[in-house]
Amino acid sequence: MTTTAIPKRDASMSLAYIVIAFFAFGIGAIAGLLQGLVRGGMIELPDWMNYYQILTAHGVLMALVFTTFFIIGFMISGISKTTGGLSTFSFRAGWIGWALMFFGTAMVVATILLNDASVLYTFYAPLKASPWFYIGAALLIVGTWVAALGMFSAYRRWRKNNPGKMSPLFAFMSIATLVLWMIATLGVAAEVLFQLIPWSFGWVAEVNVLLSRMLFWYFGHPLVYFWLMPAYIAWYVCIPKIIGGKLFSDSLARLAFILLVLFSIPVGFHHQLMEPGISEKWKFIHVILTLAVVVPSLLTAFSMFAVFETAGRRRGAKGLFGWFTKLPWKDVRFFAPMVGMLMFIPAGIGGIINASNQMNAVVHNTIWVVGHFHLTVATSVVLTFFGISYWLVPALTGRKLTKWVNRLGIIQTLIWSVGMLFMSGAMHFMGLLGVPRRTDYTTYMDSEMALGWIPYYQQMAIGGALLFVGGMLMIGIFIYLLCFAPKGQEEYPIAEMEQNAEQTPRILERWRIWLTVAAVLILLAYGYPIFDILQNPAPGSPPLRTW
Amino acid sequence: MHLHKFEKIWLIFGGVTLVAFIIVLAINAFSHGHHPPSDLNRVVPAMVDQTAPFDQPGLVKKGENKYDLNMPSFAFGYAPAEQVIPLGAEVTFRTTSKDVIHGFAIPGTNVNMMVVPGHVNTATTTFTKAGEYMVICNEYCGAGHHMMMAKLVVK
Repeated sequence: MTTTAIPKRDASMSLAYIVIAFFAFGIGAIAGLLQGLVRGGMIELPDWMNYYQILTAHGVLMALVFTTFFIIGFMISGISKTTGGLSTFSFRAGWIGWALMFFGTAMVVATILLNDASVLYTFYAPLKASPWFYIGAALLIVGTWVAALGMFSAYRRWRKNNPGKMSPLFAFMSIATLVLWMIATLGVAAEVLFQLIPWSFGWVAEVNVLLSRMLFWYFGHPLVYFWLMPAYIAWYVCIPKIIGGKLFSDSLARLAFILLVLFSIPVGFHHQLMEPGISEKWKFIHVILTLAVVVPSLLTAFSMFAVFETAGRRRGAKGLFGWFTKLPWKDVRFFAPMVGMLMFIPAGIGGIINASNQMNAVVHNTIWVVGHFHLTVATSVVLTFFGISYWLVPALTGRKLTKWVNRLGIIQTLIWSVGMLFMSGAMHFMGLLGVPRRTDYTTYMDSEMALGWIPYYQQMAIGGALLFVGGMLMIGIFIYLLCFAPKGQEEYPIAEMEQNAEQTPRILERWRIWLTVAAVLILLAYGYPIFDILQNPAPGSPPLRTW
Repeated sequence: MHLHKFEKIWLIFGGVTLVAFIIVLAINAFSHGHHPPSDLNRVVPAMVDQTAPFDQPGLVKKGENKYDLNMPSFAFGYAPAEQVIPLGAEVTFRTTSKDVIHGFAIPGTNVNMMVVPGHVNTATTTFTKAGEYMVICNEYCGAGHHMMMAKLVVK
């Protein structure tokens, strides 16, 4: 009889999500390796496979399928853990959500494999994919909504049963993440349902391209916070326990999440800075709102290092930086996310450059941007997800993270990080030279400038190959932890508060207030531009297939 | 809400830096006019070839050392495909798309704009160094995206 860290049926459901996540990750990693090698001029793809097809597959599988399945699975497990097991309603909603997401993903992947949807994961109307691609994407999103309903219900049940108490921090943070996700996905859902599906079926002749882009980016930036916030949950709630410390401050953690919900939604136009049809004033408003997101990141950075320092000093560290050496560097559950956190420092600086009105002109749509999100999402977030998997998978299966797997995990983290440094470093540098992103192997008719870029492409390909090795190692470890590791009990780390902690202000849990503020900010940022686009639309575009 | 003393210092420092940064961006944008390309003009994608100034692609002299280069984008190229530009000229690139979304970037300069069908976009730069430049598409537009380019010769 094995014991799992949360009720067994909840654990199985959470695992069902995480298994799909890693499956998508594995296929996405193969697509990523092929891209790197093609772009480095080292291999050529066979006739039946198109570079832009594997680029679409890599983007969709990594950025949408892997992340979304992992995040929902992780949050379900933590909500079950901290609210005392899921109700039948929450449990059923979880499985219905899983099924919808699974079928949506299957449709998306099938259309990509048939080369009927090589439109990249950003959709990019007026490129026309098969309508089933858009329907699959819509199902994937609707599935997350159903699973979210189950989690909202679990949170509400806990609050009802515990009147006057602050909810468990993990549950609160998951709810904040889902609130952000629900508000943000309304944009892409509107784009897909009202614009792309009718247009791709041929029911309407033209699509308003600018409106479709605005709706996409209304979702596309909060999306990156939907990836980041679950990593923050692990940083705030799980890591302190792993290193033998306590929560730094419950109120600060909640405040950071509220600020993320407020500031990261009305910021989409900074993705459209180089675009016609949007006035300079509105772009600038979005630049200011985007930069405001720096504040919760600063809060998080402070809290994390405060936790590290306190925990290190408790272990007898001396001097100003002695605590740094006292941290459990040999524990992969700490090491992997910690490397992710450290990489977030340069990654965040790159983000500020991207969001700045004029500096963006230097890097927009160059491979710098690809380097940037491989540092943020594919390093900070993904290393944290790997770090979570090292304890979550055995905790859910009733197994142990063995010593040698822990050591293998450290090696895996190092391979991933070095691969990323090579690849992302080369990408950042090439971006400054003006090398475009999303582009098949080319020398631009042997132009002197483009030939000079080749050595950097090769460095990028070497990084990509290392990442592939790291990715496959992770999949091997995942399968081992899932099926073969020895039976036992692994801790589900949830940190406690300091004993003399201050009371958290209750206003932080008044959702009605925060949702109203969020609505006002969104209206302020998008109200007029969307009204204007609807009143006075630009000439529309018929569907086109250029691949 | 209680905040740790160091946390307060850290947040004040971060906040002040942020505000200063935004003020610099604002001065740059609104006082020096360094805005990203944000043209509000429009054109029907199917009518680009019949609409001025795109009906006659190419260089138009606008003043002493000042030129407009009207250069429509399409899958997979630009018109004209090659253009000679006098050294030291300030050139305003004006483009639109006949079909899907394209990019319009000249590596080595700050010209980098999105070409969205239905909209005209413009960007200006001054060429102070002689040599060959490329206009390349940096936004995925289909199977021939990586071939999409034009040549600029500054002399």
